Amino acid sequence: MIHVSKITKIYKIGEVETVALDNVSFAIKKGEFVAIMGPSGSGKSTLMHILGALDTPTSGSYTLDGEEVAKLTDDQLADIRNRKIGFIFQAYNLLPRTSALKNVMLPMRYAGIPLGQRQTRAKKYLDMVGLGERLDHTSSQLSGGQQQRVAIARGLAMNPSILLADEPTGNIASAQAEEVMAIFQEANKNNHTIIMITHEPDIAAHAKRIITIRDGKIISDEANKKQKLAKLINK
Amino acid sequence: MDKETLLESFGTLAINKLRTGLAMLGIVIGIGSVITLISLGQATSQQVQNQIQSLGANLLTVNPGFQTTGAVRGASGGGTTLTYDDAKAIGTDPSITTVADVSPELASRTQVTTGQANSNVQIIGSTPTYLSVHKVTIDQGSFLTDQDVTSMRKVAVLGPQVVSDLFGDGANAIGKTIRMEGQTFTIIGVTVSKGGTGFFNQDNVVFVPLTTAQKQLFGHNYLSSIALEAKSADVMTDAQNQVGYLLLARHKLSDPADADFSIFSQADILNAASATTGTFTTLLAGIAAISLLVGGIGIMNIMLVTVTERTREIGLRKALGARKKTIITQFLIEAVILTFIGGIFGIIFGVAASYIVSAVTRSLFVISFPAILLAIVVSGGIGILFGWYPARRASNMEPIEALRYE
Repeated sequence: MIHVSKITKIYKIGEVETVALDNVSFAIKKGEFVAIMGPSGSGKSTLMHILGALDTPTSGSYTLDGEEVAKLTDDQLADIRNRKIGFIFQAYNLLPRTSALKNVMLPMRYAGIPLGQRQTRAKKYLDMVGLGERLDHTSSQLSGGQQQRVAIARGLAMNPSILLADEPTGNIASAQAEEVMAIFQEANKNNHTIIMITHEPDIAAHAKRIITIRDGKIISDEANKKQKLAKLINK
Repeated sequence: MDKETLLESFGTLAINKLRTGLAMLGIVIGIGSVITLISLGQATSQQVQNQIQSLGANLLTVNPGFQTTGAVRGASGGGTTLTYDDAKAIGTDPSITTVADVSPELASRTQVTTGQANSNVQIIGSTPTYLSVHKVTIDQGSFLTDQDVTSMRKVAVLGPQVVSDLFGDGANAIGKTIRMEGQTFTIIGVTVSKGGTGFFNQDNVVFVPLTTAQKQLFGHNYLSSIALEAKSADVMTDAQNQVGYLLLARHKLSDPADADFSIFSQADILNAASATTGTFTTLLAGIAAISLLVGGIGIMNIMLVTVTERTREIGLRKALGARKKTIITQFLIEAVILTFIGGIFGIIFGVAASYIVSAVTRSLFVISFPAILLAIVVSGGIGILFGWYPARRASNMEPIEALRYE
């Protein structure tokens, strides 16, 4: 489903060229749960931006569901992000002063889905992440873990090809991190593809496959034989 | 543009009410002053036109001693080329077929006194035809008669303002006497008020027989003007030509360019006055438009601040699949809401201000509906014009950069 072939990304700041990704290739199939690990500055964020169609590589090819993402215009990229990618950010990035329900409805609005359908779907996913009772709460009325669950519901709302999580547990307490992992594993069971970027081995252990990168190169890519199962705490 | 985006924009603007209000204030003041000044300008122009029209219908005026060169006209009433005989000839000559009435006039200012009071007024030496030509009506007593003119009687008809200035409000002046240039005149009539102020005051006049004015008061045989009433509005030009050629012949001039008199119609005066008040209105509206421009720049400034403040939000929206157009629309709608509501308040403010000004100055209250319509369009347009750049800037943000922004 995802084919990354010989991707290189070079940032040029003044005269200095920084190679963020150096000839990276891999493939991810539907239904996988992949953790991308690496220390800061390893290029994992750059990789995440390219996989998320937020950025394009300097060279190489990235195809998502057979579509060559590297050659698309801004608006086409926006459509790809809307339909095929669900983002989960470290800082949750919910709209302030906006209800959980409306936050989850937002990507569906950009897809032009009618209001009634949007509401039904948003409720369904908020229910799934255990926030069925908090539809009208704004982000300031929710804890960090709850906000991240709203973000997950938003990421799943468009039923995307990949759920792309960037340090999803970086800002929340470990008990709540466990909950987030449980939701990921639940979603993965329902055949959602998940790519999660993290620098915590403990979190990465929840994935089925772990890719480690350093200095812009993949140094290991192997199946996680001892997948850690997160317990779903009472909703 | 859908209802949801609209509601969302209202919500966003409601968050920072003070800022929204201040940004709007610029537009309120801008639109308000445009409306006020256009309304005042139109009221003034209307008033001037009403007054000029009240001078008489189908009126032509012959003035002596200067020529019309293109659009340039010399000072009026300066010459000594028109005589009472000229006026009589216009009234009787068979070549004149389009003139209904002729009113020879000699106007000058002088001091009028009673025992107790005195006033500087316009003296008009006139004949009975003055009444019909200038649409003057008599309130008390009677106007000058042909007898008064031929016998050079020392009688006077007063405008109502002169009566109140000299004898007090509502006093009966008939039969009383006034003194002008050392001579005593008996008051035989008072005219009905025609209104008007300043330059156009038609109530601060004293009418005396033309011959009396020429011989007894001012000591010469000339006229300061001859007023003519054409038979209809359609024959104004014919009347102008007929009278023109007759006077050229009488003055033994062959080339119209040498004419020692000029004839202009009330339409000319009206046009000149309209042009003047029109220029004035445009000028005022222009000044008001500057404040509108400043208001627009204020909107642009606020929108730029908003875009910068909401960089992360824009990044998020783009990451979730908002296209450029969607982002532009969102910010444009916010800007247009700001200016449009500002415009509505500006209209209310402008109409109220013009009403207050007209009430205080006791002048006409005119609401200019085209100006209001224009204000609505312009205020919306300002939103689009000054909101465009910030909105474009928002839409061009790179989602990664925007998401990283702290």
